[in-house]
Amino acid sequence: MEKTVNQRAWILVLPVVLLVAFSSVIPMMTVVNYSFQDSFRGNDFFWVGLEWYSELLRSERLWDALGRQLLFSFIILLIEIPLGILIALSMPKKGWLASLCLVLIALPLLIPYNVVGTIWQIFGRSDIGLLGRVLIDLGFSYNYAQNAFDAWATVIAMDVWHWTSLVALLSYAGLRSIPSAYYQAAKIDQASRWSVFRYIELPKLRGVLIIAVLLRFMDSFMIYTEPFVLTGGGPGNATTFLSIDLVKMALGQFDLGPAAAFSLMYFLVILLISYVFYTVMISIDKDETKQ
Amino acid sequence: MTLRLQDVSKSLDGQTHIYPLSLELQKGTMNVLLGPTSSGKTSLMRLMAGLDRPDSGKIYWEGKDVTGQRVQARDIAMVYQQFVNYPSMTVYENIASPLRIQKRSSAQIDAKVHEMAELLQLTSILHRMPDEISGGQQQRCAIARALVKDVGLVLMDEPLANLDYKLREELRSEIPRLFAASGSIFVYATTEPEEALLLGGNTATLWEGRVTQFGPSMEVYRQPADEITARVYSDPPMNFMSVRKGAGSFHYKSGQSFAADEGLADLPDGEYRAGFRAHHLEIGESTAGKLAFDAKLIVTEITGSETFIHVEAAGERWIGLVPGIHTFKVGQNFQICLNPESIFYFDQQGRLAVGSNPETGQMRA
Repeated sequence: MEKTVNQRAWILVLPVVLLVAFSSVIPMMTVVNYSFQDSFRGNDFFWVGLEWYSELLRSERLWDALGRQLLFSFIILLIEIPLGILIALSMPKKGWLASLCLVLIALPLLIPYNVVGTIWQIFGRSDIGLLGRVLIDLGFSYNYAQNAFDAWATVIAMDVWHWTSLVALLSYAGLRSIPSAYYQAAKIDQASRWSVFRYIELPKLRGVLIIAVLLRFMDSFMIYTEPFVLTGGGPGNATTFLSIDLVKMALGQFDLGPAAAFSLMYFLVILLISYVFYTVMISIDKDETKQ
Repeated sequence: MTLRLQDVSKSLDGQTHIYPLSLELQKGTMNVLLGPTSSGKTSLMRLMAGLDRPDSGKIYWEGKDVTGQRVQARDIAMVYQQFVNYPSMTVYENIASPLRIQKRSSAQIDAKVHEMAELLQLTSILHRMPDEISGGQQQRCAIARALVKDVGLVLMDEPLANLDYKLREELRSEIPRLFAASGSIFVYATTEPEEALLLGGNTATLWEGRVTQFGPSMEVYRQPADEITARVYSDPPMNFMSVRKGAGSFHYKSGQSFAADEGLADLPDGEYRAGFRAHHLEIGESTAGKLAFDAKLIVTEITGSETFIHVEAAGERWIGLVPGIHTFKVGQNFQICLNPESIFYFDQQGRLAVGSNPETGQMRA
């Protein structure tokens, strides 16, 4: 049998190949290239091998930033997931009130990152900001520009305000897909509100919650704009998360080599943690249904 | 134990789901609610369960008024069309869950669960999760969960509708046995007349929010009180034509006339509606004593051993169920006939015409 060789297929695939090449493969390879070289004045390059990688792995600055980053993502998940579920549970089930709630809840999601940063930056200012002024008048000492704890609290508040809606919307959609017969059956069984949540709602929400945790983790792990707008990573290095550190290194100091090595490691860390997360959650899912 | 509904009604969003109706269900009886989709079966069950409050009327349980009582306080269990089980619990835990809420001892629970599992053939899959077992087993699990509580009233809302044909037949044949073992009042909603007959007991036929007749299933089937009941209790629906009675005989449009049965002989003269079930229609030339019609074929549906023939005859559209496979062409003309003894007569108001002897007046198979 003769095989037909159809060269035209290449032409059809070409646009995609070019697009992917220019948008990700080539830039990525440039970064890989930089990460093995040292540069002077931005145009003289010398091969340095794995030096940047070993230097970064020994750098306290990177480990600190990674630690802060992990702590931040952990706190974010700890607050946003339960809060989102709680909001979804207390939202009305149907009628115009439900539509109104959905729109109001979705609003924060429509606001650009830097606008969120600016809003909270002004909101929290101790001289003219509503929040900052009120806190100080109430007798709290609050100043995100000087106090590390205050800066953290503000960044977390920002992220919770901005993204809890996403968890709430996902959970709400999940809840709406539970047939009403389940609730009736539970009622007839005289199950308590807690049992209904624990044995009907939570198991039925598992799928969307896995997605919510993954999305929120990946996104919070890459947080940049909000702390950048608020304090630029300060006070000191208090809110210098990985991406802020990276930008400081690449643009502030113009250390292209280490910055490139940093971003590749950053990329791998996100990939690795997301993969672990996903595998663990899927296997929990399987275990629970297998027992 | 009796459940008595007195003049209960229910409307929702300006739509009447249940018109005022009264019904009394006796201890240890199987009661089938038979009616087409949205005839009020589920609404009626929700009232019985206490999931909804009737707009008017009272509900009595063992003579006690329970109209406003919360569903949690009632002595009931319910099985749904969907297979409702706790998704994160094993079959064992699912069956045990109502007992755990009742705070029974674990030895008691274990004995009860195994007894139920035995009855519903779930013993080998007690450790499995609901989404790992077949639809039929999921519904068995839900039924076990309902029966394990030993309640006085078991409501089953089209429990077999989501199962495929084989599983449905299998489980249906077991329901009378489960019912006999429990001693509770069973209420079973279905859209299928065949199911109502197979389950036996009593049948209440529902039509647009009203109970048109309530009585022993076979009796309702053989002597439907009115045209609507006959329509609901026939699958495919009953076929109708008009007929005139005069001088002791029924005169058909075909030009034939037959002497009225002994019971119907003394009916007043006038116009009547004659109805017959699909399986009484026969194909072929008329023989003595049979009604004959010229029919034109509209469509045939072959089920394998039987054929549904949709025909136009006597100016009406009828459906016949005839044995064997018949391959008529659409539009083909042929002869059909009918035994006049299988015909129900309804008066102009749609009520079954009953002669001097209502006991034997019109008993048809």
